[in-house]
Amino acid sequence: MSSTTDPRQTAQKPGKPAFHLSMLLYDQRYRSITIQIFALFLLMLGAAWLIDNVINNMRLLGRSFSFNFLWQSAGYDINQRPIEYDSTMSHGRAALVGFLNTVILAILGCIFATVLGVLAGVLRLSNNWIVSRLITVYVEIFRNIPTLIWILIFGAVMAESMPAPSSFRGDDPASSMIFDAIAITNRGVYIPAILFQTDLGSLTLGPVAPSLNWLLVIAVIIAGVYANKLLIAHATRVQNETGVRPKTWWKTLLILFAPVALVFLALGAYLDYPELRGFNFAGGTHLRNSFLAMWLGLSFYTGAFIAEIVRGGILAISKGQTEAAFALGLQPGKTMRLVILPQALRVIIPPLISQYLNLTKNTSLGLAVGYMDLRSTLGGITINQTGRELEGMFLLMLTYLAISLTISALMNVYNSRIKLKER
Amino acid sequence: MKKTVFVGAFAASALVAGLAQAQSTLEQVKNRGELVCGSNTGQAGFGAPDANGVWQGFDVGFCRALAAAVLGDPMAVTFVPLTSQTRFSALASSEVDVLARNTTWTFVRDVDLNLTFVGTNYYDGQGFMVTRELGVSSALELDGATVCIETGTTTELNLADYFRVNGMSYEPVPVDTAAEAQQQYLAGACDVYTTDVSALASSRAAFAEPGDHVILPEVVSKEPLGPVVRHGDDNWADIVQWTLFALIAAEELGITSANIEELKTSSNNPEIGRILGTDGGFGEMLGLDNDWAARAIAAVGNYGELFANTIGDQTPIGLARGLNAQWTQGGLLYAPPFR
Repeated sequence: MSSTTDPRQTAQKPGKPAFHLSMLLYDQRYRSITIQIFALFLLMLGAAWLIDNVINNMRLLGRSFSFNFLWQSAGYDINQRPIEYDSTMSHGRAALVGFLNTVILAILGCIFATVLGVLAGVLRLSNNWIVSRLITVYVEIFRNIPTLIWILIFGAVMAESMPAPSSFRGDDPASSMIFDAIAITNRGVYIPAILFQTDLGSLTLGPVAPSLNWLLVIAVIIAGVYANKLLIAHATRVQNETGVRPKTWWKTLLILFAPVALVFLALGAYLDYPELRGFNFAGGTHLRNSFLAMWLGLSFYTGAFIAEIVRGGILAISKGQTEAAFALGLQPGKTMRLVILPQALRVIIPPLISQYLNLTKNTSLGLAVGYMDLRSTLGGITINQTGRELEGMFLLMLTYLAISLTISALMNVYNSRIKLKER
Repeated sequence: MKKTVFVGAFAASALVAGLAQAQSTLEQVKNRGELVCGSNTGQAGFGAPDANGVWQGFDVGFCRALAAAVLGDPMAVTFVPLTSQTRFSALASSEVDVLARNTTWTFVRDVDLNLTFVGTNYYDGQGFMVTRELGVSSALELDGATVCIETGTTTELNLADYFRVNGMSYEPVPVDTAAEAQQQYLAGACDVYTTDVSALASSRAAFAEPGDHVILPEVVSKEPLGPVVRHGDDNWADIVQWTLFALIAAEELGITSANIEELKTSSNNPEIGRILGTDGGFGEMLGLDNDWAARAIAAVGNYGELFANTIGDQTPIGLARGLNAQWTQGGLLYAPPFR
């Protein structure tokens, strides 16, 4: 302790006494850092021990760590194939098919769950006693029973209670198609598919090759939405200047739908109706039981949570806002759309992100009803046929992590756009 | 001080883990006092609990024989139901000592998955079951059909190959367990249920109207089913293997659970003597006692008795011996000599 008693040194370095090793433990300024470093060290030691254990055990078992199996022929078939696939293709390709199935289910699930959730959340606050109670029943039933059970229930209802394709056969069939276009069977729902007479070919993007026809349609739709946004902005500007809002509804309809219709016409789009051929319906689009069970199960389940989040968000906005809007003469619908929801969104979006992540991760329950998602292909059949559990699970974890972080990032961008701007 | 305690505990736990690794499967089983057997999730005739919760069946019988040979008590077995997806990880991670759960012996499983297939206790093949009203008489008429299939099985691969080779298309409906496959099939969600013929027969026996379902004549694959152990413990593999051979040889030599005590004293056939432990000291070579095979046979009977009691033509499953007859009867069962 000589340094602190030496007046010259204290004068030279005010507040900086010489450093002693014991200060790491007894000086409050350093203690927390010491503890953190020690904890980190322990954590790394633990991880190293686990990894070393795995490597040792793998060596004892005579197993290697290799991803070569991804290039071997898979040998199994997959029913729902967004991209071309057959059993002679590789395990990697099968995993890609599973990945796309996961993404399709996650996107459609999030969309449907959001629609259901927002509707239910708003309606639960309705002044109509029956409506609000009905929604309460929906929310409480779906929220309090596990997802897996709901998925199995939807799957069982589809498989057990719908007619078999054979009952559509004969001159006086027991079942008939809705409008001669939609067939609801115990193997799924068959709906008409849109096909094109003119094929623009397909774009080759590595392993996937999306059809140029559909890319064109999507591009036109996006352009239409953007043009419509410009139109609305223009109308708002006119309203701000003159006080009169120009009528835009027919222009909006025209901008949104006319170009798409034109593209469809130019490419010779037609509907391909499902028809009974052999054992099953052929043609059209086949929405399989497994897909429907997953989609409905996940959407209704997550929708119930979203409903509560939306309700909470709306209730978080003070009643004075509504009263002020009414005082200005706004109708209830407009009050909700223009005053309440934009403010409520700030409260709603952060928990909504977790719900989207939950739904996406819950798609891995697909195997329960035989939905061929990433967990069923790479994490199920491939692991089982090749015995590469460690590698397969590792890839599976990385992929789900990547999907979740992407969703999180996108939603955070949206969140930062709508959150309260502080200037 | 605290640090040393921690490091000490760390080293101790690592040491314990190391010791557990070093112990042989036989020692583990003996110390535990019971055998842990990986079984089916429930397949009538092969492995399923009965009304009293006691596991019964052909594969279960083999585990009981093994427990009788090793521990002297056929009931000292814990059965762990495993799906086709979980069975190999359960075996590899030492969760079970032996897997007796209609598992097909294939190259990749034997070599790449580091399993040891000790033999075949049932020669099977993959077949197709359809409802009678479908009016199908051959698997070649199944173009475009919806097929229920258990995922993670060799059947899945055979199915893909069979339809591709014959230029037919199909719609797979993957399911996790046999029970789920049967439910989907009975609900009409698939036209065809495919798996090993023995399992089809076992499923059909459990249906309300077995007569409404036909098993098509085509057998599209070889499925030698047998008990499996982990790679690397050769002594344990020998014990499991020769218990199976003892059951098979017992039938060939006419040793049954009924006459076993009598043969021990009266038989002058030296091979019977060696199996029953009155001669040769074979049990001690395995690390057991010389009565091991006698106990196994006394517990469940010889191969023929076990077959007849669980899946034979007098049972609801109603399987004929077929390929599973002794080699002297035109079948494939052939135990190496006890010599």
